[in-house]
Amino acid sequence: MEAMLSVRNLVKRFGGLVAVNRVGLEINAGEVVGLVGDNAAGKSTLIKCISGVYQADEGEISFQGQRAHFARPIDARQAGIETIYQDLALAGNLGISANIFLGREVKTKYLGGLVHTLNENLMNTASKKVLDALDIRFANFSEKIEKLSGGQRQAVAIGRAMYWEAKLMIMDEPTNNLGVIEQRKVLDLIGRLRSERVPVILISHTLPDVFAVTDRIIVMHRGRKVAEKRTGDTNSQEIVQYMVGALDDSARMSAPPSE
Amino acid sequence: MALRSGESSSLATTSDRKKQLVVAFSRVWAWVFLTGLIIFFAISVSIQSGGDVNFLTIRNSQNILMAIVPVLLMGLGQTFVVIAAGIDLSVGWVMGLASVVSALVIVDLVERGTSETLAIAIGCLAGILAAMLPGVVNGVIIAKLRIPSFIVTLGMSFIARGVAFLLSGGNVVGGQPQGVRHLGNEALFYLISGPGGGLYFLRPPAVTGEALRQMDRIFQWPVVIAFVLLLVMLFVLRKTQFGRHVYAIGGNREAALRAGIPVDRHLIVLYTLSAATAGIAGVLTTARFSGGSSIAGDPLLLSSIAAVIIGGASMYGGHGSVSGTLIGALIIAVMTTGLVMLNVQPFWQYIVVGIIVILAVLIDQARDIIVGRIETG
Repeated sequence: MEAMLSVRNLVKRFGGLVAVNRVGLEINAGEVVGLVGDNAAGKSTLIKCISGVYQADEGEISFQGQRAHFARPIDARQAGIETIYQDLALAGNLGISANIFLGREVKTKYLGGLVHTLNENLMNTASKKVLDALDIRFANFSEKIEKLSGGQRQAVAIGRAMYWEAKLMIMDEPTNNLGVIEQRKVLDLIGRLRSERVPVILISHTLPDVFAVTDRIIVMHRGRKVAEKRTGDTNSQEIVQYMVGALDDSARMSAPPSE
Repeated sequence: MALRSGESSSLATTSDRKKQLVVAFSRVWAWVFLTGLIIFFAISVSIQSGGDVNFLTIRNSQNILMAIVPVLLMGLGQTFVVIAAGIDLSVGWVMGLASVVSALVIVDLVERGTSETLAIAIGCLAGILAAMLPGVVNGVIIAKLRIPSFIVTLGMSFIARGVAFLLSGGNVVGGQPQGVRHLGNEALFYLISGPGGGLYFLRPPAVTGEALRQMDRIFQWPVVIAFVLLLVMLFVLRKTQFGRHVYAIGGNREAALRAGIPVDRHLIVLYTLSAATAGIAGVLTTARFSGGSSIAGDPLLLSSIAAVIIGGASMYGGHGSVSGTLIGALIIAVMTTGLVMLNVQPFWQYIVVGIIVILAVLIDQARDIIVGRIETG
């Protein structure tokens, strides 16, 4: 079966720092892959290269069998890659549905397309629907994001990614700001995506979560991929060993590290 | 136990109610303040003059409206820029540049024998275009080269000033045809009060002498133009995708970028728009005074920024409104006019405007602290 997403020999440098060093990975339909590693291991940089926030210096990305050049995040989103960023990427001064539809607002045309206005009603209804489906309730969809709690903001970011029916979902620390019940909901959501055959890349520091929902775990350390294990074939002690650099499979894996 | 939980819930609702009151107050204080100001001047002017002078006259209201036109126009463009977390310090001298260019083009075309109406139309257009050019340059440098808007527009302000002085030779560009004065001073309605008077539409009645002096011009063309633009910009900011994206860029530029909003292009349009509204203000100044003046805009720049801030815009971006800027401009103009009518030394107006600007920001900040707004991104 052809991989949904395939990354080969990806390199991203910031000045002298090699943030991502010849990393390759493949994600298949319906697969949940955990991406773990210590702080500054290069996880977020890697997924920002995939989602078009950064452009890789070397290597190639293929999505659905096609070479992908995502010059901007919107290119990746249009291709069907939705990302829930660690910083959530919400505009605090705008409302819930304004954020869910940010950059892709629904408009009503007047005077034969000469004047476009925002269709707030439709956007509010659609926002309510997608958040209801996630069991997240808000009284007022024009409530500004800056007035919401951390968990509610997270819910809006997740709702936004869900609304646009991703072909690949990338989640960077999606349970970070959440209470126990809300964390549970996010994990259920990942399960639901899997059952709909939408692949998920999950970045998380919470190893029990990663073990609970993933099929495969990729470990990064100082910009390199140091391990790739089937979740059933490993345990958290082993993963931690890889995360702190005590174990390293990179020599055994295909691409040799540069420098 | 039951009593205690009852107490705490009623406490929570009182604090919620307090928060709602604070939010409501922060939203309407400017309107309340403006109304209070008008009432205050209506009473105090009447008392001080022993009933001879009335603050609440049609003529006075029209004078105030004419006075706010350039401040309001510059403030409208500035509102968009400030919401997008920028500032445009160049509009004062850009307005002067537009005034000079429009006056020069009109004089030149009339001398070449172009019909007056056409000469005025082309002149106005030329003035606005001359203003938009520095706006485009501002926008490109700010968006593409990532230089702070404060610095770029400060520099552009000096450039526009120099060019305006070079073109005008430092003098007022006079020699304007009659039509120019009409554009700047004639009105939608004319009112002659008293016996034998009446309300006239578009055409002034053929009266002379004392009757002419009694005639009030209601909604002079600069006022009409400014308010039509105000309505258009109110609509754009509140109802369109363009306006939504202005707020998004000011609220969280990175989020706007990731959402696929063409942030650079948007910023270029915003600085061009800001310059264009200043250009219109410049052209209308030429019309009002029948002459192009390079220095007309500079003293109004800070008033226009003050109007934007009094209207609730945040210099950190993301907040502000067209209606707020209108209120801000009205507060400044009502106060200035009122103080003059009270025979207060005109210099006091600066001190009062300064206090109101700082007060406006304090009210916004107090609201944020009380309501507990947490900034994101």
